[in-house]
Amino acid sequence: MLAAMHDPKLMWLFGGVLGLLVLSTFAGDILKQRHPIDSSRSTIDNLNARIRAWWKMCAIFAVSLLIGRIGTLVLFAVISFLALREYMTLVPTRRGDHRTLFWSFFVIMPLQYYLVGILWYGFFAIMIPVLAFIFVPTSIAIYGDTEHFLERAAKIQFGLMVCAYCLSHAPALLLLKIPGFEGHEPRLLLYLVIVDQMSDVLQYVWGKLIGKHKIAWRVSPNKTWEGFIGGTLTATALGTALWWVTPFTRLESAGMSFTICILGFCGGLVMSAIKRDIGIKDFGVAIEGHGGILDRIDSLCFAAPIFFHLVRYYFVP
Amino acid sequence: MSRGIHPIGSLLAALARGITGVQVQWAGCEPSERQRIYFANHTSHLDFVVLWSALPSEIRASTRPIAAKDYWEETPVRRYLVENVFNAVLVERGAMAKAKSPDEAKFLGRSLIEDMAAALGKRNSLILFPEGTRGTGEKLGEFRGGLYFLAMRRPDVELVPAYLENMNRILPKGEFLPVPMLSLLTFGKPIQVQPGEEKDAFLERAREAVSSLRRIGPA
Repeated sequence: MLAAMHDPKLMWLFGGVLGLLVLSTFAGDILKQRHPIDSSRSTIDNLNARIRAWWKMCAIFAVSLLIGRIGTLVLFAVISFLALREYMTLVPTRRGDHRTLFWSFFVIMPLQYYLVGILWYGFFAIMIPVLAFIFVPTSIAIYGDTEHFLERAAKIQFGLMVCAYCLSHAPALLLLKIPGFEGHEPRLLLYLVIVDQMSDVLQYVWGKLIGKHKIAWRVSPNKTWEGFIGGTLTATALGTALWWVTPFTRLESAGMSFTICILGFCGGLVMSAIKRDIGIKDFGVAIEGHGGILDRIDSLCFAAPIFFHLVRYYFVP
Repeated sequence: MSRGIHPIGSLLAALARGITGVQVQWAGCEPSERQRIYFANHTSHLDFVVLWSALPSEIRASTRPIAAKDYWEETPVRRYLVENVFNAVLVERGAMAKAKSPDEAKFLGRSLIEDMAAALGKRNSLILFPEGTRGTGEKLGEFRGGLYFLAMRRPDVELVPAYLENMNRILPKGEFLPVPMLSLLTFGKPIQVQPGEEKDAFLERAREAVSSLRRIGPA
């Protein structure tokens, strides 16, 4: 435990995040004082609520990362659980899905994280796409309710894929054995999370500052080309500048961060489309200013598996 | 009669809150120590515990559920729970239907109301599910008459409608294991029996007061 504390580069990353939090808290305070009662006030209040929530999220993430592999796995398993819960609450299911849902929450999802924990890559990679894919429709069929059968099976499977399978690839980075990088895997996870979340934040900031042209106004009125391009470029620049914490060269790091940004955008877009389809704004109210857990991690869900496989393909012999 | 909350009660309340992640909204009134009858829709065994756990603990200690005698006296565990943990008021379901004569039915009905009024006493509140049985969650069932007669017997007690969302998906009738979906509990504006209001009209209004609190899906 706390072995990660002896990794000075990891400590630098933590210090950087802390500095960013302090800076943004000051910036939020200044904005609040400059705009005591005008039209931009609700945006500023929401911004400050978001910053307060970021402090908490960063603290929880840092502590679990310092506890080590178990702490990180438990944290991501809990996030998966809460996200799956938000998703299943809002997606219409029927009485006949009850037992399948019980299995999804209490067997399939925990098993996925257990497999990461025991480093069983082969099983981890096929558990949900293959085994759950067969189990979910079969168990619904056994119950016998065929009304909207395909939709129900597909919705449960999609929820498991996004909330459990995709997200579990983030802590799975800890099990990759990269030559010359042994013991520093937490830095890789932190790198992914920082670039992905900063991409979200910077797209939001650029969008608020200069955003005009909507990308897919039907899906998400807040996503603009200016925000997307500005956010992607600045987050990629940030990721490139962090090359020294990774096993990548500067150029590789740029490619990796660019990929993370693009996929994060795709994740946000897809989850927004689902929200519009259901007719809601956010998946929940768990995080002040941000909405639900799933609203916060939607980009990570798409970025994590691709980043994992890119690293595994190119850097693990 | 006043006593603290049984430790098993606190444990079950915490468990129910954890499983359902219940979000509580006091939309039509504030939590209060005054005497109340909370009446809500009923779709799950967890309904009572969730509603009960949503009350602040000092109110919870003096709030008693109305429970069906036939079900809760069936096994020793259930009996222990209703008698020692939840301090429930047991009533016989369908007693009036079983009566041999209209007079007997009237008598049984009246004693039922007297039992509930006695359970209210000077400082207790009650939790009542006026549908009398668990529904599927799709449509609110007809309300039984007990709520009306009790309200007439104790006009000083506030009648607070409440709606429990999603409980039928968390632990539906006939299932043993819960699925941890999120639940929402909304307390509405208290209602009263209007002067000269007929039983059926009041019950329909009470039913409307509960179903109007529903946020998701058809009413």
